[in-house]
Amino acid sequence: MSAELRSAVAAGVLAAARGRAPLLQSIVDVACATFGAQAASIMRYDADRDELVFETVSGAGSGALVGSRLPAGAGIAGWVLAAHEPLVVEDVDRDPRFAVDVAHRSGYVPKGIMASPLLLQERAVGVISVLDRPQRSRFSLIELELLGLFAGQAAIALDLLQCGRLAELALDGSAGELTALASVAAALERLQGARRASAGRLLAALDELVSDDPGTDG
Amino acid sequence: MSACTDNDLPAWSLTREAICAVPLPSAWPEPLSRRWAWGDSRGEGVRVAVIDSGIDESHPRLGGAVRRAVNVGRAADGRLAVTEDDAGDVSGHGTACAGIIHSVAPACELTSVRVLGAGLTGEGDALLAGLRWAVQERHDIVNLSLSTTKARFLGALHELADAAYFGSCALVASAHNMPVDSYPWRFSSLLSVASHSGTDPLEYFYNPQPPVEFHARGLDVEVAWAGGSVIRASGNSFAAPHVAGIAALVLARHPGLTPFQLKSVLHLAASNVATSDPGR
Repeated sequence: MSAELRSAVAAGVLAAARGRAPLLQSIVDVACATFGAQAASIMRYDADRDELVFETVSGAGSGALVGSRLPAGAGIAGWVLAAHEPLVVEDVDRDPRFAVDVAHRSGYVPKGIMASPLLLQERAVGVISVLDRPQRSRFSLIELELLGLFAGQAAIALDLLQCGRLAELALDGSAGELTALASVAAALERLQGARRASAGRLLAALDELVSDDPGTDG
Repeated sequence: MSACTDNDLPAWSLTREAICAVPLPSAWPEPLSRRWAWGDSRGEGVRVAVIDSGIDESHPRLGGAVRRAVNVGRAADGRLAVTEDDAGDVSGHGTACAGIIHSVAPACELTSVRVLGAGLTGEGDALLAGLRWAVQERHDIVNLSLSTTKARFLGALHELADAAYFGSCALVASAHNMPVDSYPWRFSSLLSVASHSGTDPLEYFYNPQPPVEFHARGLDVEVAWAGGSVIRASGNSFAAPHVAGIAALVLARHPGLTPFQLKSVLHLAASNVATSDPGR
């Protein structure tokens, strides 16, 4: 990749990256405020390690949780991720296994959890959780729909964050496929006339091929 | 890039304000009462499989109703295999569903089919393998409070749902709580269920606007949970086991009903369907 193109891409990636983490934080802050909850969080599914990673947290327990991991195959968030269905539970601190596990991790044991999968096309990319909404009333269907709306927004924001991270990896030269793609883009810039048109058609066909792939994970 | 939502798809549920009576298209020759449909049935002899996160068999609210527990997992050669399971419940959700079914039909026999656990996240093929096993084992009813959004499983799931339908195995599945495309609950051969906001476990409504065909209790339900605990929970995934339990009551009272016949009885006995019913 030419120095000029590399600089331009780097500038774009870094500028966008600066806005992604605050966007995710903003979503959990708004979810927390809207539901009048004690805390809210977004976890990303790390398929390579089959774990959920706390990406952002608002409210109680926020300091200790970001970056911590839990097995994706168990627990309430694990069920939501695997079942692709939201779930609302109250009095969950009565489950002794849950209480000990969560208290060990964050020092804060919620009584109530609303959790929804973050779905992008066919993939579940994470889980949004809202903890301890006020107990003033029975849970309502409207709240469940509202949680689904937050989940849709969070899924897009989380995907943007991951795309930015992958782009940064590519610029570092540590992600082989994406580095190759950047090299192809740089070579295309140098081509002229018929060869450039041919390369453009090839790239369009490649784009069509990979865009049709429904994906395999999540 | 877009979130997995479709503005044309509602998030399936039913508020009290939206409940309305559904008239039959023509006069029914004989009234069908709930007394006839299940009367004092307790679900005796009916075998119900719960495909979920496992079941805490020793939970006091299950009264020893779990007769068998299996797990779908990876064998050494990487293939999915169904083996006997003693891991209990990895989340609590399966125990909740089993507890609801047991509370409605206390004499039915439960089988736990665990398709969640380490290394199985996002594997729609584990769901498929568990469902196939439950159908092949000739369970009368299978409760499925989960779904997959992966279209590549659509064909196999459809084939399996048809095999269950023609093999007298009634599949009861929860509709998605979010406005997304997921399977298999929207297949016509299944009994698909979403939540209503009422509190009566035997109150359920027929929905004349499919794909969801029934609404049952799914909000603020007191459920059995992991570790012997009891919690309150909400979601369509708790509405499906209410209908699975009621279906068990009907099948115990009328053994041999096919899924088609069972669905017809459930339709006519629904709380909002206007058959002449003094025994309701």
